[in-house]
Amino acid sequence: MYVAVKGGERAIENAHAYLGEQRRGDPGVAELGTDQIEQQLSLAVNRVMAEGSLYDPALAALAIKQSRGDLIEAIFLIRAYRTTLPRLGASIPVDTARMECIRRVSATFKDVPGGQILGPTFDYTHRLLDFALMAEGEAPVAPRKPAEPAHVPHVTGFLGDLIQPEDSSDTEPRDLTREPLELPADRALRLQSLTRGDEGFILGLAYSTQRGYARNHAFVGELRIGTVAVEMDIPELGFSVEIGEVELTECETVNQFKGSKTEPPQFTRGYGLTFGQTERKAISMALVDRALRWRELGEDYVGAPAQDEEFVLSHADNIQATGFLEHIKLPHYVDFQSELELVRRMREAAE
Amino acid sequence: MNRQTWMGLLARAEPSRLAALLPDLPPHSFARPPEIGAVMVRGRAGGTGTPFNLGEMTVTRCALRLEGGDVGHAYVQGRDKHHATRAAIVDALMQGPQAGAIHDAVLTPLADAETARRKMRAEKAAATKVEFFTMVRGED
Repeated sequence: MYVAVKGGERAIENAHAYLGEQRRGDPGVAELGTDQIEQQLSLAVNRVMAEGSLYDPALAALAIKQSRGDLIEAIFLIRAYRTTLPRLGASIPVDTARMECIRRVSATFKDVPGGQILGPTFDYTHRLLDFALMAEGEAPVAPRKPAEPAHVPHVTGFLGDLIQPEDSSDTEPRDLTREPLELPADRALRLQSLTRGDEGFILGLAYSTQRGYARNHAFVGELRIGTVAVEMDIPELGFSVEIGEVELTECETVNQFKGSKTEPPQFTRGYGLTFGQTERKAISMALVDRALRWRELGEDYVGAPAQDEEFVLSHADNIQATGFLEHIKLPHYVDFQSELELVRRMREAAE
Repeated sequence: MNRQTWMGLLARAEPSRLAALLPDLPPHSFARPPEIGAVMVRGRAGGTGTPFNLGEMTVTRCALRLEGGDVGHAYVQGRDKHHATRAAIVDALMQGPQAGAIHDAVLTPLADAETARRKMRAEKAAATKVEFFTMVRGED
């Protein structure tokens, strides 16, 4: 039975006002601008865009400010906003071989054509707190070296027929945001789910494969971060135009494969592609993508969580998860009354 | 510069830079007033395989007609309606008698700014390229 309960409006209003005050913090401290968040907390902005599944740095920065830095709440705000937008179309698949990279490393080939470009990385930092950042200082300037924008080839391309080729049929991919998830999912649907999935969840699953749950020993063949143009067919014009550019992180793993009855021993691939500079997520995505491919590669299902498509895809989305999890704190008075009644009656019957 | 090229250039341009280069808008009427929407960005599995949906990006589109009858279109990244309007106006102007002047006054500076931006990005990345050297071990 559903019983409508009224009252609480004043309490709710005041609670929201209290939230507003807490969000602002000490008025004696300068207010944070969304432009500051966009520029100086850019990796938080990137995560909100990747998992919010909407590339718009200014909106992500606003969401982070509004959510007091709670990134899942910020992702929730972005997801809610995107539902208000009309869909103007879909892009031609981005060509990551034409990415202008600011970072590009390979763990498999030292002397890879195009070179190892470290870019703005935390790698090789000592993870010691830098107290100098607590004081205002001059803006650091990155060194430069003469160069022209160039495209660097994909590392997996150098493996030729030693690595399994990708199926390059141009089928229209199913879209999780338009139709409910149906299993079994094809790889396109799995990749969409993983790229917008929770970073912590995907990281945990990826780590589990490294520790032996569906081990598939991944090498990072290539990790690259850079900018690609987004091109779309414009029906009213009859040709395609570039409508902008996005920064992406791409990870291609090279994995062991013993071969099967029909295929010789060769390497296989895991793939990660994410909005923004989000390399932990992209590497994790590639490992989980590879684990989920056991069926098409004729591998054994060993019951590992990262192999279980239903488990992974049903729990990867942090907005679905938090929505269901957090709803249990909302009033369940009537449900609980009936439970209470039941326990009392069972006690009476037992006595 | 063909139409595809200039439309892309206008879409990628910094809105404030475009506004500075074209402060005054000629009279125009909208065939489609600026509209904010989303475009689903797609990638390919493994970089070269089957397409999948990566996530959306915000895009503003607009179509308009100048008094002379030339029609301009714009699809620009983001939610800036002024950016979309200006891009569509430049697209329309590029189809009329002022094309040469607009090319020199608006498109060339935008292209130069973009080239400089891309070059600076490439140069900063290049400075972080690893130059390996090998330590010689053993007797011979």
